[in-house]
Amino acid sequence: MSDYLEQIEGVTDAASPTLGDIDIQNYTINFGPQHPAAHGVLRLVLELDGEIIERVDPHVGLLHRGTEKLIEHKTYMQALPYFDRLDYCSPMCMEHSYVLAIEKLLDLEVPIRAQYLRVFFAELTRIKNHMLNLGSHIMDVGAMTPNLWLFEIREDCMGFYERASGARMHAAYLRPGGVHQDVPLKLLADIGEWLDTRLPRLFEDAISLVADNRIFKQRNVDIATVSREDAIKWGFSGPMIRGSGLAWDLRKSQPYDVYAKMDFDVPVGTRGDCYDRFMVRVEEVRQSARIMRQCLNEMPDGPIASFDRKVVPPKRGEMKRSMEALIHHFKLYTEGFHVPAGDVYVATESPKGEFGVYLVADGSNKPYRCKIRPTAFSHLQAADFMSKGHMLADTTAILGAMDIVFGECDR
Amino acid sequence: MRAPAPAYAVNDGVIDSATTALGSKLDLATELVGEVALHVARDSLVETMLALRDTPGLEYQQLMEIAGVDYPDRGVERFEVVYCLLSLTRNHRIRVHVRSDDTQPVPSVTGLWPVAGWLEREVYDMYGVLFSGNTDLRRILTDYGFRGHPQRKDFPLTGYVEMRYSEEAKRVVYEPVRLAQDFRNFDFMSPWEGAQYVLPGDEKAALPETKGAPTPLSADTIQKADAAQTAKVAPTETKTTETRAQTGAGRAEADATPKPRDPDVNPTPGKGQNQ
Repeated sequence: MSDYLEQIEGVTDAASPTLGDIDIQNYTINFGPQHPAAHGVLRLVLELDGEIIERVDPHVGLLHRGTEKLIEHKTYMQALPYFDRLDYCSPMCMEHSYVLAIEKLLDLEVPIRAQYLRVFFAELTRIKNHMLNLGSHIMDVGAMTPNLWLFEIREDCMGFYERASGARMHAAYLRPGGVHQDVPLKLLADIGEWLDTRLPRLFEDAISLVADNRIFKQRNVDIATVSREDAIKWGFSGPMIRGSGLAWDLRKSQPYDVYAKMDFDVPVGTRGDCYDRFMVRVEEVRQSARIMRQCLNEMPDGPIASFDRKVVPPKRGEMKRSMEALIHHFKLYTEGFHVPAGDVYVATESPKGEFGVYLVADGSNKPYRCKIRPTAFSHLQAADFMSKGHMLADTTAILGAMDIVFGECDR
Repeated sequence: MRAPAPAYAVNDGVIDSATTALGSKLDLATELVGEVALHVARDSLVETMLALRDTPGLEYQQLMEIAGVDYPDRGVERFEVVYCLLSLTRNHRIRVHVRSDDTQPVPSVTGLWPVAGWLEREVYDMYGVLFSGNTDLRRILTDYGFRGHPQRKDFPLTGYVEMRYSEEAKRVVYEPVRLAQDFRNFDFMSPWEGAQYVLPGDEKAALPETKGAPTPLSADTIQKADAAQTAKVAPTETKTTETRAQTGAGRAEADATPKPRDPDVNPTPGKGQNQ
């Protein structure tokens, strides 16, 4: 018997294969575009070996609205609201890159109070964005309660948005030359109180449910580990590159507005897995609250927009009394302002990473070209190598830790 | 710079070190609006990128963005592909520009940065610029089976086809775009700043004015705008004003109400203004 076994060892007959010798084909399944864990309209074509992911082919563009093409047909001011609609989870941070790009081309000075207000609301936006991302990431891996609590905070942020700009989401609050209008003192007082009471209570409660939770760690630790080299090669930015251990934050390294005056820490991960990326965002929320408190303490009184009447329209009350203001108002709301020819690439630290605008001006009142650098494009592209070898159920954790919003990815 | 734009390391010496590293591969280096841009030939793109990434003192480790731009006025090589690089160690940004058209491929940089895969796909999708060496050059943002390259300046904003769900066919159907109203593209450029359109009377300004002849056009050379609609028909009989039938005097209008028998008598007693 043993002689016979030695004899047939390693011998297979292709003409009549036994059951174990059949090469089992991989499954190819479709994930999305209507899957709730796809965070929008993402279609993933997954090639599976059993439950192990062999290959991921993300199909994006289902939310492509031609924003860049539309912007080329609008004046600089009319193009601003399109930016709210890119990453609709963090609208004001999208506007931030755009207005900074215009100001760089115009070389326009912005009053200090406007810069503080921009930083203040950019950080509020960061909290607002991270509430959605952290909550949905937690829910994608199986926990329900924290998401509901974090949405409470997000709802508060929306309320503050509304009180500052009149709109809960699509604020169009940041304008070239400053911000649209000053905020009431009561709003700042309320946000200050919210930062000290409601935000830490709700947020720390919610995070305490998952940060040390065994199931949550089982689902996230050592999932989709990204090394520093890979993070650089694949163009990562924001919490994704910080999760891989690189302390790279554009607010620190390339400060814009008054970020140079702000005192905050840049959290980094140690292992580069989904849990690190999650915890980096958790700490960023605390640091954002810290920046907002500093803004409240230091914000001076003064104008909230540049007095350059060739760029910033006068207020309505002024327009009713002064002929010159009326002319400026009319010209700015019909023709708009002209931007001198040139091209700039301006990137800011949006909650999801480096959000850049490559703006080509030809001296007219419309952008010649406005290329938007979405954060999700490089991150989602890396989903293939990040998912390889993981289980199918890990896809949602990987996607959740990437923080992808398709308004921005597909433009 | 007065604008509160992101402040990275100063540009001093960057062009010099790039010139040293690239040598003759560099066509043009500019520093405008506080940003350094290098223009290189298409064929030497990969060596340029390798030099920018690996030369000590340049160290642009990250490729952040590839942007296509269309300049149809340039004629040959209308497309510009712009690579935005970032140095994490030196905290500096630089741009690399190459030019191409829709037939000559740009060498792919996917070998240096895998992130370039999708970025090049997007430029291909939007502009039709080809990238040699990119193994996965599919469309990325537009629909499956889309035709054309929508970011080109000669592609209309409305596109060519629109889709809807057809209840008869029980599927999505594509139809040519039909707009109830034309897209209104206002031109607010003031006429003093070089408007491109011709206003009535502009032709007078173009012609040299001779003394005593303020308008060089005579009445019969002026083409009226509605000349096509009002084609002249020769009258069949000479028109005279001898009879009332010819002049039309006293004839009622088409929508005239019957006249009162006596215009001095108010036909509706009790409703006049003096009652």
